[in-house]
Amino acid sequence: MDLKILTIIIVGATFALYIGIAIWARAATTGEFYVAGKGVHPVLNGMATAADWMSAASFISMAGLIAFSGFDASAYLMGWTGGYVLLALLLAPYLRKFGKFTVPEFIGDRYYSQTARIVAVICLIVASVTYVIGQMKGVGVAFSSFLEVPYTWGVVIGMTIVFIYAVLGGMKGITYTQIAQYVVLITAYTIPAIFISLHLTGNPLPQIGLGSEYAPGGDPSGIALLAKLDQVVRDLGFAEYTAQKGSTINIFLLTLSLMIGTAGLPHVIIRFFTVPKVKDARSSAGWALVFIAILYTTAPAVGAMARLNLVETIQTGPVGEETSNIELSALPTWMLRWEKTGLLAWEDKNNDGRLQYYDDKNAEFAAKAEQWGWKGSELTKIDRDIMVIANPEIAGLPNWVIALVAAGGLAAALSTAAGLLLAISSAISHDLLKGVFMPRISEKAELLAGRIAMAGAILLAGWLGINPPGFAAEVVALAFGLAASSIFPALMMGIFDKRANSAGAVAGMLAGLTFTLVYIFWFKGWFFIPGTNMAPNTPDNWILGISPEAIGAVGAMVNFIVAYVVSHATAPPPEHIQHLVEDIRVPKGAGEATGH
Amino acid sequence: MTPENRAAYWKANVRLLTILLVIWFLVSYGAGILFAGPLNAIFIGGYPLGFWFAQQGSIYVFLVLIFVYAVRMNQLDKKFDVHED
Repeated sequence: MDLKILTIIIVGATFALYIGIAIWARAATTGEFYVAGKGVHPVLNGMATAADWMSAASFISMAGLIAFSGFDASAYLMGWTGGYVLLALLLAPYLRKFGKFTVPEFIGDRYYSQTARIVAVICLIVASVTYVIGQMKGVGVAFSSFLEVPYTWGVVIGMTIVFIYAVLGGMKGITYTQIAQYVVLITAYTIPAIFISLHLTGNPLPQIGLGSEYAPGGDPSGIALLAKLDQVVRDLGFAEYTAQKGSTINIFLLTLSLMIGTAGLPHVIIRFFTVPKVKDARSSAGWALVFIAILYTTAPAVGAMARLNLVETIQTGPVGEETSNIELSALPTWMLRWEKTGLLAWEDKNNDGRLQYYDDKNAEFAAKAEQWGWKGSELTKIDRDIMVIANPEIAGLPNWVIALVAAGGLAAALSTAAGLLLAISSAISHDLLKGVFMPRISEKAELLAGRIAMAGAILLAGWLGINPPGFAAEVVALAFGLAASSIFPALMMGIFDKRANSAGAVAGMLAGLTFTLVYIFWFKGWFFIPGTNMAPNTPDNWILGISPEAIGAVGAMVNFIVAYVVSHATAPPPEHIQHLVEDIRVPKGAGEATGH
Repeated sequence: MTPENRAAYWKANVRLLTILLVIWFLVSYGAGILFAGPLNAIFIGGYPLGFWFAQQGSIYVFLVLIFVYAVRMNQLDKKFDVHED
């Protein structure tokens, strides 16, 4: 069947499923709208958390990032999984025991301060909005590259689907849709990976295949796949795949920032408010990581194998021999197809009718290449996202697998968008409206306000997705930097240091936040306005070689130190707050939602 | 629940999570980053060991850590009689 029709059928079927779930899981109370009535089984919550967490970036971009940075991409793999250990051990059980609806609510109550609550709301909204724009862009790109629907219409269709199940079902609808979305996205991700691993190594498990002998098409080569990859990229002047390229301090701090940021992102934390008990919050974090790990341990194999496939396609024999480079007329169909989307481009610079791909920025190798008559790498553009979306075609899989990958990418983007939108709307209706401006609002009115806030957030996200501002591309620096430097330390101190008080928390959050934002803006421009940066964003200018993406961990340390010093220099928190801390430290007595 | 009981439970909890976080640090920041270079001289199958820790092993260890914590805490909850219902 025609690929386009098949894609429409499969994507359409998944969308129908999501809408069906939305109608079945409508929310009747604020408890259902904010935290799904606290009745979600820990394994199912783990699955929903995995879909909530794994965004368009995890699904589409991560394997490509790994393919082209090799070892250095480990920071993302460890950073985006290790945060769950912090979440399970340091935050989730206690916040579940606290038993309320939102992250700013805990900060406001624990530090008996509306200022602290409002600072948390602002951080939450900035981090979540930045993040959600990326999801909307992912939806638009998926529609335009798979279905040839204009980008804007793709975003509008995606918004409409999220609108239906998020406004109707709130957290309850979102949770059950996310479970379905997880199944779709993990199937779509693993099927092509299994076939590629089978083809290149004879082992169907990508996690094992990556560590196996390279045996394309069942033909043993006597060399391990990773050793082969190291060799072929080295022969073309690139850095070895398994060797470290960036500075150790930057990889270390980037990993730490991503871990602390993950544990501090409100849309992830609120997922642990939906389980019935404290002990469920602990195990549910484990289940979430099980479901995340299936994709995150597959991604390194997808990245490495795609890179090897790409190099072997272009460089068919020993480097330097004229006939060793593929003729332009013999390029595989997937390359021709993806060239049309603009994600892939080449140019025959030396007019030899063949394609050369090598590291022309490596001066020593470029000089050698010139002797062979090479005039620069001819693969002029290779969008790293292509490593996942073109994967089924590279592996020669049937059209329905390609269609499934489209549905998987959309599932990843929509599930994360919905989780973020819920975090944004609950911060507005519960923290700002009920918490600050209209404390006497009835539950029914608050539920309506929640739905209106959700609708507004979706419209804003869609508009920003169609007209992305400069900061949209800075998700890692901004969202993780904010979560790491402000929210995580405030939550952790609130649980582990009984002495932490209002003045300390507010001073700590503001210090961590200011430090992190100034460092990011210094190199990326004030509020990301192009041309306003104070120094070029290159490793030579970074302080101690720390990139703006990696500064969140330092910001968190600043927050911890300031909060500790100020708290201990001022009066201890009132008696009832100390009791509150005592109370959240033990599971006994955790009850139903106590949002009033 | 006496205050002493409460304090003992909290102390046991902090002790457990400190041990687990030390392991968390050693596998990811230790084996996966700081000592990845030297460890890459050792191979398991086709994987250089440091690379394996950085892109596979640390994730498996994270999983084990969370479940160990969940199981041990359930035991502590019962021992100190602070479990739910």
